[in-house]
Amino acid sequence: MTASDLRTGQKGRITAVGGRGAIRQRLLDLGLRPRAEIVIERVAPAGDPIWVRLGATQLALRQLEAASISVEAAGARVLG
Amino acid sequence: MTAPAASSPATATAKAAERVRSLVRVGLAGNPNAGKSSVFNAMTGARQHVGNYPGVTVERRSGTYSSEGTRYELVDLPGTYSLSSYSPEERITEHELLQGELDVVVLVADSSNVSRSLVLLAQLLQIGARPVLCLNMSDEARRAGQRLDVPGLEAKLGIPVVETVGHRGIGVEDLKSAVARAVAGPARAERLLLDERLDRALRPVEAKLAAAGVAPDARAWVATRLLLGKEPSDFELPPGCVEEAAAQREAIETETGLDVALLVAESYHAFAERSLRDVLSAPVRPDARAVSDRIDSVLAHRVWGLPIFALVMYGIFSLTFTLGEAPMGWIEQGFEALAAAVSGLWAGGQDSPLRSLLVDGVIGGVGGVIVFLPNILLLFLGLALLEDTGYMARAAFLMDRVLSRFGLHGRSFIPMVTGFGCSIPGIMATRTLDDERDRLTTMLVLPLMSCGARLPIYLLLVPAFFPSAWRAPMLWLIYAVGVGLALVLALVLRKSLLRGEEAPFVMELPPYRVPTLRAVVRKMTERGWLYLRKAGTIILAISIVMWAITSYPKPDRYEVDADIAAGALVVVEEPVAGDDRLVTEEEVERRRSAEDLRTSIAGRIGVAIEPVLAPLGFDHRLATAMLGAFAAKEVFVAQLGIVHSMGETDEESVPLREALQRDYTPLTGFCLMLFLLVATPCMATIAVTRRESGSWKWALLQLGGLTAVAYVLTLVVNQIGRLFG
Repeated sequence: MTASDLRTGQKGRITAVGGRGAIRQRLLDLGLRPRAEIVIERVAPAGDPIWVRLGATQLALRQLEAASISVEAAGARVLG
Repeated sequence: MTAPAASSPATATAKAAERVRSLVRVGLAGNPNAGKSSVFNAMTGARQHVGNYPGVTVERRSGTYSSEGTRYELVDLPGTYSLSSYSPEERITEHELLQGELDVVVLVADSSNVSRSLVLLAQLLQIGARPVLCLNMSDEARRAGQRLDVPGLEAKLGIPVVETVGHRGIGVEDLKSAVARAVAGPARAERLLLDERLDRALRPVEAKLAAAGVAPDARAWVATRLLLGKEPSDFELPPGCVEEAAAQREAIETETGLDVALLVAESYHAFAERSLRDVLSAPVRPDARAVSDRIDSVLAHRVWGLPIFALVMYGIFSLTFTLGEAPMGWIEQGFEALAAAVSGLWAGGQDSPLRSLLVDGVIGGVGGVIVFLPNILLLFLGLALLEDTGYMARAAFLMDRVLSRFGLHGRSFIPMVTGFGCSIPGIMATRTLDDERDRLTTMLVLPLMSCGARLPIYLLLVPAFFPSAWRAPMLWLIYAVGVGLALVLALVLRKSLLRGEEAPFVMELPPYRVPTLRAVVRKMTERGWLYLRKAGTIILAISIVMWAITSYPKPDRYEVDADIAAGALVVVEEPVAGDDRLVTEEEVERRRSAEDLRTSIAGRIGVAIEPVLAPLGFDHRLATAMLGAFAAKEVFVAQLGIVHSMGETDEESVPLREALQRDYTPLTGFCLMLFLLVATPCMATIAVTRRESGSWKWALLQLGGLTAVAYVLTLVVNQIGRLFG
């Protein structure tokens, strides 16, 4: 599954970053790399782009880009 | 250019030594949103703005400061996450660093997110820069529970590390002395070892570069770039390097089963993690952003986000217009007084070309631009607040879906909204877009966002042709047509001339911050000044040209005078209704002005192009007035008054509205607004597009393309409208 399949509030651990060129480089630069954990904070109207939390960073990603990030679900986020 | 290859180590050292004596050049690098601009301002005191919106400092800015007898030049490099050279910002930064002319590079880091800045630091070290790490917004990080051993980090990295709070000027003196220490200190002796396996691949490539005389400082970096399969565009490569790098790449990828891009990225992140180990005793608490997150749960809400955003924009626009009204009146009165004073220099009623040039050309033309300054400043104030609080990034997040459908970017929204004030600052604001195609698309369609100068046209025409119940919807319709057309044309451009891969929309969403008054006011005045200078100088020149072509040549004799001489007209003291033959002296004067304009170059052009514009429902008088609109849109109103023998008029002129009602149908009125909305952006816009796009090609495409679209569209509307009566 990819980051675009994660639901709002769901946590995922990145297994691979696909895509190529500028988009992939930007994802890697920002720390979206294998083993990193992300949480889907919220989505924009119409479900795109998505708002991702990665450690101390919060990022907006388009579904297109999120789909190139393979993840494994890492359980629901603890709300509080 | 052959930057690194040309400068041998010996001359580089000599050059550096010389600089210590005269001027030390310091680069300011860092991630977007790290507060780079505020550190720049605090160090130099220069006029510069602080942005919360990603990529706000794409321009190159520099300032100077003196410290302990040495002069420093500070160069603000664009905000980047890496030096991977995919975006213009990254390319500019890489280029500046490879030039080898920066003695020290200050890396401004967001203290709450140090590790991401250390990724950039690894690259700075690799490229051969002499860095100083500036941990900015350290107060915020400390409040959020972060405990960082600064001397420990300094010892580990082997470079000066300083804590600052840029927008309050805290730690700036420490930073300046750290820069001085870095200049005086020894250069790094050993090369940075990031990853053993990568290093084995890099060494043979570096050896080839060394043999060709590439400066030692740049070798590791250039070799890494080659390994990634990217050839530096700045200089020529010695033969064999590309092949060697390709062979090494294949070997390492086969061996590890991973691609080089990932391996290199991982090596930078590993460097960051190593550097922070044992030094970062407590990270930022997970709930540090709780307040910001709570605000976002409302402002960036999936359902409420857009309506709230619409309200915010509406609020800014209505404040712009209501608060701007009074100062606009003062400016108008000021220019009227000035015009009267200048006119007074000539004896009563005397007709002098110089007087006419000064009063009608210069004062009238420049006054017409400056009168919009209050509106523009207020709009910029609103936008600066949105940027500096961090709301702009949320707006881009909310708007991206709609805009990306039309091939635009979430960030295109800001320049386009600015375009409602004036196209010129809007086009300048397209610099916040990373991708060149995004930028060009936004720039080219931007004049369709109906600017403030077109408003007087609508304010004159709408009440002239439509009953009061229809007025607001008509005004709304004309703005909506502009926006809709802009989106459609953007899509057409992205499918034709500007086809290509979409730029990544990976945008950081910084926490909300309370903007400082100083930063917001600085940003507003800086942009306001740009508007005045860019638009003012161009419009001054154009005003003079327009004055000349609307004033000359003069008619040999006036028909109205001939009529009076022949007895067809009789001059009377007071206007008499019901008898067309009785005219006042004022009426005679107005008819003379109308004749002046008719025989002038502009009038003749109007007559000449009438056949072309006739299918749109426009006569030669409208055509002549439109020439004025090309100079500056609002000039149309005054010109229309002159061609209708009303003298100079404004948008409130009742007689002009009555004349328009008499002479034209509501359909023509609508077509007129439509045509003026879409066709020929004003000359100043074309000039700015030329400058920002870097070529006349795009500026002329904008001019020709929009005019062609306007013609066809208006033709269709006029012809269909006529069918239905």
